[in-house]
Amino acid sequence: MVTLGDYLIVSGLLFAIGFAGVMLRRNIIIIFMCLELMLNAANLSLVAFSRFRAEAGVPDYNAQVFVFFIITVAAAEVAVGLAIIVALYRARQTTHVEDIASLKF
Amino acid sequence: MPAFLFWFFATLMLAFGAAVVVNRNPVASALSLVVSFLGLAALFMSLDAYFIGIIQILVYAGAVMVLFLFIIMLLDLRAEKLRRINWPASAGGIAVALALAVQIFYVIGNFRFARQPFPPLARSTIDDVHNVGSLLFENYNLPFQIIGVLVLVATVGVVVLSKREPK
Repeated sequence: MVTLGDYLIVSGLLFAIGFAGVMLRRNIIIIFMCLELMLNAANLSLVAFSRFRAEAGVPDYNAQVFVFFIITVAAAEVAVGLAIIVALYRARQTTHVEDIASLKF
Repeated sequence: MPAFLFWFFATLMLAFGAAVVVNRNPVASALSLVVSFLGLAALFMSLDAYFIGIIQILVYAGAVMVLFLFIIMLLDLRAEKLRRINWPASAGGIAVALALAVQIFYVIGNFRFARQPFPPLARSTIDDVHNVGSLLFENYNLPFQIIGVLVLVATVGVVVLSKREPK
């Protein structure tokens, strides 16, 4: 029997993997992919709660609308972020975060 | 959905999610990300959120991944393989992520509803797209339009960012 806790644990593990990726990797594109993993982990727990809060046999669709908004914003974020990465690469010829240290204190 | 399918797709998603982090080749990372998102879409469908699952496949496995692969193709990223790993920093990152995972486990372990099964759904009345759509256009009409403006702004911003500066 799969319970709400199983979904939440899987979602938390996915978030931790994405977080580890952001901490470990130095390639800005991989960091971006790991950000997507973290966003999707949040979506998974939202949908799990939506299903858990079913009343009279109908899931709580407010959470699913929220997930829809998150996916839309994430798609716009990917487009803008990748455009920034391309502009950065054009200016510096690198995608390695350790090479981009102008703003580092 | 049977329990073994849930564990199969959850393991698939987590394993390929870890592969995104571990792979040193960006193309392999991007392809692992596709598999991870497909597993996640299957989990969405196991929660009877078919609309969200389809959107997940269309937007992430379709549009976002093509964008990632296109950018990786555009930038020459082979130089990354030559760099050596900074072990102290990596150990620190793994430790922080593990601490986060332990905290999440602890919180979920103490969560009152975590052991309760999901309530049954009325099979005949589930009309996923219809319900999400009516909620979206009735209760969340203003946010929906704001999202439309946001996507427009993002489109314009991408065009401005990608334009070469005049010499």
